[in-house]
Amino acid sequence: MITLTSYLAVSAILFAISVAGIFLNRKNVILLLMCIELMLLAVNFNFIAFSRFLGNTDGQIFVFFILTVAAAEAAIGLAILVVLFRSRRTINVQDLNVMRG
Amino acid sequence: MLMQIYFWCLAAILIGAAIGVITSRNPVFSVLYLVLAFVTSSVLWLLLEAEFLAIVLVLVYVGAVMVLFLFVVMMLDINTEELRQGFTRFAPLGGVVAATVVIELITVFLVRNSGLPVLENPPAHPAGYSNTKEIGAVLYTEHVYAFELAAFVLLLAIIAAIVLTLRRRPGLKVQNVSEQHRVRRDDRVRLVSMEAEQD
Repeated sequence: MITLTSYLAVSAILFAISVAGIFLNRKNVILLLMCIELMLLAVNFNFIAFSRFLGNTDGQIFVFFILTVAAAEAAIGLAILVVLFRSRRTINVQDLNVMRG
Repeated sequence: MLMQIYFWCLAAILIGAAIGVITSRNPVFSVLYLVLAFVTSSVLWLLLEAEFLAIVLVLVYVGAVMVLFLFVVMMLDINTEELRQGFTRFAPLGGVVAATVVIELITVFLVRNSGLPVLENPPAHPAGYSNTKEIGAVLYTEHVYAFELAAFVLLLAIIAAIVLTLRRRPGLKVQNVSEQHRVRRDDRVRLVSMEAEQD
């Protein structure tokens, strides 16, 4: 039988890959958003695994709400990205320094 | 045993897809690898008997969010070469941080695991069991306020996305229907009285 530890290990590796992705693609905003989605997926994975192995549905309710908020976040993030590209003609994080003091 | 082989195959695909997301040269490939990661983890959630959320993940993420990502990636013409500068420079640092995160997460679980009432081998649900029904039973009773708040968050996201991307371009010929309805005869027709010409 598959143990809880193996599920958690897969989820931890997934989370770490997305952290590394933020380091690697730190110029491309779209890739950064995708890495955040991947991180949320890893977190959801943990919730589902614990929900199964503790025999409690509450973890699945949590995942339901995380999915809702993540969908809203992705929609608004991409809308901001489109507006940004329209006005600045770039999505390079290095060029977006108008708020720098 | 068969179950374990299946699980590790799926886990390998999931991790491979995640690596593909962060290392692809073309952002379109990244999005497609992310779709693969979502579908694979949905299958893994099915193994954990969370059927409802597995389907919701495919419908909401693959069906809506990833299509939105694909839309945006293909709509913006991005110079990917410029965006990939410094990719290898930060790779060792990223690798070190990622390894630290993995080790921390796994060790904290191994250390703390002793106190947790974890079922070693959780029993499979009986035939006729409905995961959707069980989630719905608590979602609409215990968590009903959170549920309504989630609906409000989605409404807010819709309004925000529309307002952010709305724009008025000057010089564009568009119909203004309400103005067309409001128009009266006097606005358009002018009667000019002229003297009759004689010949």
